[in-house]
Amino acid sequence: MTAADAMSNWDRFVFTFFNADIAMKYGWEILQGAGITILAGLAVVITGISAGFGLAALRAIGGKPVNFFIIVFVDIFRSLPPLAIILVLFFGFPNIGIVLPSLIVLWMSLSAVLAAFAEEIFWAGITSVPKGQWLAARSTGLTFAQTLRYVILPQAVRLGIPPLTNRAISITKNLALGSAIGVNEILGRANSALSMSANATPLTMGALLYVLVFIPLVIASRTLERNYRWGEH
Amino acid sequence: MEQFGQEFLNLDVMAKVAPFLLQGLLQTLLLCSFLIPIGLVSGILVMLLTTSPYRLLRWPAIAAVDFFRAFPPLVLLVFVYAGLPFIGLRVPALVAVAVAFLINSASYYGEIYRAGMVSVPKGQREAARSTGLSATQTLLYVTLPQAIRNVLPDLLSNTVELVKLTTLASVISVPELLHSANLARSLTYNSSPLILAAIIYLLLLLPIVRLIARLEHRL
Amino acid sequence: MSSAAAAPVPRYLLEARGVRKSFGTTEVLKSVDLLVEPGKLVFLIGPSGSGKSTLLRCCNRLEEPDGGSIIMDNVDLLSPRTDINAARRQIGMVFQSFNLYPHLTVQKNITLALRKVVGMSTADANARAAEMLALVGLPDKAASYPAQLSGGQQQRIGIARSLALNPKIILMDEPTSALDPELVGSVLAVVKDLRDRGITMVIASHEMNFAREAADKVVFLDGGLVIEHGSAENIFLRPQEERTRRFLAQIRH
Ligand SMILES: Nc1ncnc2c1ncn2[C@@H]1O[C@H](COP(=O)(O)OP(=O)(O)OP(=O)(O)O)[C@@H](O)[C@H]1O
Ligand SMILES: [Mg+2]
Repeated sequence: MTAADAMSNWDRFVFTFFNADIAMKYGWEILQGAGITILAGLAVVITGISAGFGLAALRAIGGKPVNFFIIVFVDIFRSLPPLAIILVLFFGFPNIGIVLPSLIVLWMSLSAVLAAFAEEIFWAGITSVPKGQWLAARSTGLTFAQTLRYVILPQAVRLGIPPLTNRAISITKNLALGSAIGVNEILGRANSALSMSANATPLTMGALLYVLVFIPLVIASRTLERNYRWGEH
Repeated sequence: MEQFGQEFLNLDVMAKVAPFLLQGLLQTLLLCSFLIPIGLVSGILVMLLTTSPYRLLRWPAIAAVDFFRAFPPLVLLVFVYAGLPFIGLRVPALVAVAVAFLINSASYYGEIYRAGMVSVPKGQREAARSTGLSATQTLLYVTLPQAIRNVLPDLLSNTVELVKLTTLASVISVPELLHSANLARSLTYNSSPLILAAIIYLLLLLPIVRLIARLEHRL
Repeated sequence: MSSAAAAPVPRYLLEARGVRKSFGTTEVLKSVDLLVEPGKLVFLIGPSGSGKSTLLRCCNRLEEPDGGSIIMDNVDLLSPRTDINAARRQIGMVFQSFNLYPHLTVQKNITLALRKVVGMSTADANARAAEMLALVGLPDKAASYPAQLSGGQQQRIGIARSLALNPKIILMDEPTSALDPELVGSVLAVVKDLRDRGITMVIASHEMNFAREAADKVVFLDGGLVIEHGSAENIFLRPQEERTRRFLAQIRH
């Protein structure tokens, strides 16, 4: 292979994946997609974690029938592939008269999945708080609800933060699945720019944007994990 | 209510599409049969790099793991499948799936093994080395078995995630279970095939999810 | 090697001279000599943080010394040409926290290195394990897991594990300080028995009574230096150095 060939290969690579003209042309478009991804991500995290927290608290208070339904919900949404849930909501529900915008479908599906995982994490936290904590709190005259609210749940939340962060990241990354049902998030916009421009640069931009959005969270989770480990010993 | 049953639980439709979905299931199982073992093994290699005493190995490895943990697997898949052909690297869909998901799952498995290794007390390695076991023997017989035992629920959990991940292959038209179900849905104008696929996924994964819950509460 | 064969029988089995070790900017061992004659029981005493553990760990290179020389039975442990795994087989180590492998049975704990390092058959290794278990007074624990044993029993298994390799010397780092007082005796009894069998040992420990009665030699370490060494009688009854006296007074309260 001659030097000129190598050069042209390199040029072709840059032209294809890092094309400035294309980047300028579609940059704003894809950046708007990032806005949608971030907002939808926040919505999923807030809804999913609150719902999971509520379910775990309910499970701590609740009787047998309530617990049974919570466990069934959790197990099902931990087992089902998110894309399967999204497709059922998006394609199935209109046929029974419930038409949901694709963004809402995406938000609902991922929130439900995150809620299931968050419930499991909070519940594990609650059960790992030593029995003595309950006894000590009740012996000072706190009611059951007060004990749960002021003594048990804060400890459970603390234990749950590192695994919850990891799980929230990996579930929120599924926002890219929105592109399969026409949500205008990063990947969706990158895909359409890809087919319009016949160039891979929009895809590079989309990938980098996703990494840019999530890498701070990944690094935060790594720091969190390390600090928690130090805290324990 | 009847409308609901007609749309989602139509047994006639289910019976009709069942053989077709079974084909898809086979494809899913085929994907899993190489993604899971290769993922489990390459995760160990990733862990060896991210826990290496040599900074020149460790830091780039950790950076790469974090990069790919921030990279949505679907984006990675589309990038490999739709991006590489632009520079003349046309990869078959199955290969794209294998490459994208192995990079993804090796990173995740790697992090799990690393957490497991960190949980093994330092004295275990020292005791082993003091009896003359080599570094490799110590890893193989002493530290790694303990690490794996300590993170078994997480390894199982990530394996469930990997199986669920195979559904993304449907986006690039790999005829796995969900893809078949969605195709059947569009042909029958009815969502029961999707529900049937969901039931199959539940049958496959729910027992493992139950097992994980048990293991976690025992710990 | 022919030169090794021609060498005279060494006076010392373990001969560590001028050993230095720093962690970052803290100089833990400044220049330490540790000389151990074959068949002797050497006690290493000194205040917390004086470097006893570090010295022991340097002697089988669990810690890499910064300088000095360590010769074990004519083998230069610090030479890059020395096969350290082979050398470590000759140097048993017993840990304060036992460090038994929790995922293996007592028998497998003992036989792992026999099978993987020495290359013994499983049957031979098991027979050797049974022999060692009898020696430490736990003949019926082969199938137990470490978690099913008391601390004293675990430590005796730890001793059996290192003894099984038939080492030339055994290093013990505070073998009894993680134990409840009533369990200490059982472990010391095993140590005494090993001593009577002529097994060379170096023990870092705060068990002064035991040292007085069993040690052939006592080495007092403080601030990364050997302050004083000698027979147990001399060190405990006629210490020459002020720092030794102060340390012994503290130990006795
Ligand atoms: N891996 C290490 N990194 C940094 N400092 C260390 C390390 N190991 C030991 N040290 C330091 O070296 C000094 C000597 O430690 P060492 O454990 O050898 O003392 P010791 O005499 O065994 O004490 P003790 O009686 O408490 O066991 C201590 O100040 C300790 O903090
Ligand atoms: Mg010590």
